[in-house]
Amino acid sequence: MTVQNSLRQQPDERGHFGAFGGRYVAETLMPLILDLEREYRAAQIDPAFRDEFNYLLKHYVGRPSPLWLAQRLTAELGGAKIYLKREDLNHTGAHKINNCIGQILLARRMGKTKIIAETGAGQHGVATATVAALFGLPCTIFMGAVDVARQQPNVFRMKLLGAEVVAVDSGAKTLKDAMNEALRHWVANVHDTFYIIGTVAGPHPYPELVRDFQSVIGTEARAQILEAEGRLPDMLIAPVGGGSNAIGLFHPFLDDTDVEIVGVEAAGEGLDGKHAASLAGGVPGILHGNKTYLLQDEDGQITEAHSISAGLDYPGIGPEHAWLHDIGRVRYEPVTDAEALASFQRLCKLEGIIPALESAHAIAAAERIAPTLGKDKIIIVNLSGRGDKDIFTVAEALGVKL
Amino acid sequence: MTRLATAFARARGRAALVTFVTGGDPTPADTGAILDALVAGGADVIELGMPFTDPMADGPAIQRANLRALGAGTTTADILAIAKAFRGRHPQVPLVLMGYANPMLRRGAEWFAAGAGDAGVDGVIAVDLPPEEDGELGPALRAAGLHFIRLATPTTDAARLPAVLEGAGGFLYYVSVAGITGLQQAAQASIDSAVARLKAATDLPVVVGFGVRTAEQAAAIGRVADGVVVGSAIVDIVAAHGAAAAPHVKDYVAGLAAALATAREKAA
Repeated sequence: MTVQNSLRQQPDERGHFGAFGGRYVAETLMPLILDLEREYRAAQIDPAFRDEFNYLLKHYVGRPSPLWLAQRLTAELGGAKIYLKREDLNHTGAHKINNCIGQILLARRMGKTKIIAETGAGQHGVATATVAALFGLPCTIFMGAVDVARQQPNVFRMKLLGAEVVAVDSGAKTLKDAMNEALRHWVANVHDTFYIIGTVAGPHPYPELVRDFQSVIGTEARAQILEAEGRLPDMLIAPVGGGSNAIGLFHPFLDDTDVEIVGVEAAGEGLDGKHAASLAGGVPGILHGNKTYLLQDEDGQITEAHSISAGLDYPGIGPEHAWLHDIGRVRYEPVTDAEALASFQRLCKLEGIIPALESAHAIAAAERIAPTLGKDKIIIVNLSGRGDKDIFTVAEALGVKL
Repeated sequence: MTRLATAFARARGRAALVTFVTGGDPTPADTGAILDALVAGGADVIELGMPFTDPMADGPAIQRANLRALGAGTTTADILAIAKAFRGRHPQVPLVLMGYANPMLRRGAEWFAAGAGDAGVDGVIAVDLPPEEDGELGPALRAAGLHFIRLATPTTDAARLPAVLEGAGGFLYYVSVAGITGLQQAAQASIDSAVARLKAATDLPVVVGFGVRTAEQAAAIGRVADGVVVGSAIVDIVAAHGAAAAPHVKDYVAGLAAALATAREKAA
């Protein structure tokens, strides 16, 4: 079915979301990117591909994830009813696995025999190592040396899963440098290697296919809220780093114009200080294969992002978010480290759920907004991941020695 | 005839020597003397690298050079000033800017094309702007009278080559390995066949780079290609000697130039 003027038909055939997206890669990679697009188009219309994807999501990942009515949080805030989409209950503890399942099926379809990925905090690395183990493919994860040092538990998890973890010593030694290094490795190994990108960024068709694989979140949430409440929600809220969990929730609702949509950017120490809010504090530019809002200086040099949440600590944002921001369909709000930290603790105590620090940013925005809305309103917040990985960071921020 | 066309014509009977250094490495003030050393050593074409925080197509040597240059405070204005001063000292030697799209497009393609044109730059190589995405920079450069130099790679097949060549100017840069700068070198046989394939498809000079370090390698490529690019090996010399690198650079480049001068006679 084709909807006139639908917001759900981006990108165009060249991978552009309005003025954003595209394929800004070295010539060596272009033929492979075009191959990937061709193969993805074939997979999209192949019922066997869709069936296997759905089978794995159900029986391996544990989908559908519940939509939980957070009664105590709702009562505490005294406003709109808050539902949590429980991506934290997925295998490996976050939404990342949805995309990894889809991409490894594409890798197998293309006959690629090696898997690579970048990771920041290690969540996407763990999810990639997991599916690589499941499919019996050798896997190399690129991770900034600084992140390797501060995320040892995830490094060990990846190694247990059979992945090789390469500590990247270039640049600032964090996520963007890990992505640079993964791209460098890929250029030299395009013939046999598939790059599983972890978010809705990179050259076309990655932002599109990652979104499509993550859209299971919004598709489920839509059916679940209709079943629970008999109507659509008034608002969606999700955290945005690169933005894959957020676009996954948002995309199936983009044409429901009565549903207000809020993306939450990491404001770090505040927008005047170090932060990771690419829309609030960045300008359009080109990095990692796409055009989007970037934190950069007046010469186009990329500046370091900062967030207490390693998963939001990236100086860019997916191109579809850049477009949704420009056309005003989605409103993007900043939440600071301190606000996220407070909400992290509140959700633990009120709902018995330890959220990922990424997700705590969305909870903080919900806490700000819900009291301003009537009790007849409904908000769905994407609880994108669980917070076990973050307990060391939180303890340190709270001055607790473990 | 443009400066680039003249340089390749003048090199008749041998391959042109194309040399790369990163602008601002080790500091913007030192780059002029290093560029002069390239010319004094016998370079025919100069590639001046524009430093970028995220040089995704470069190996460790040029990555570090980018960081050194940025650490020294190198700006886009510095790069254009270095180019303009070079043009003043060397009216005939072609100079090409090489780098990544973001610094080039930050203030708009027209701004960059005008600035490069004013500095006497002859052409631009943008590593991460494939033909599919050159709608801004390519037309702006051509309107300003500059060449937009395209890259072909081992993965550029016959079906794709015409798109790469459309709007290409100056020379065609053949990236001889599927990989990043400064590491492995391609097998000579694969270079020979690729150059033959490319020369059949274009009248532009075909220049081969990536992984070329020694005079022997340069000579072998120079027997078939219109030009040879050497970059990381020179950047390594700059890394080792810093502000005192110029005489070492000149000696090294002179060795490459001598090897190219006789490469085809020896082969014949």
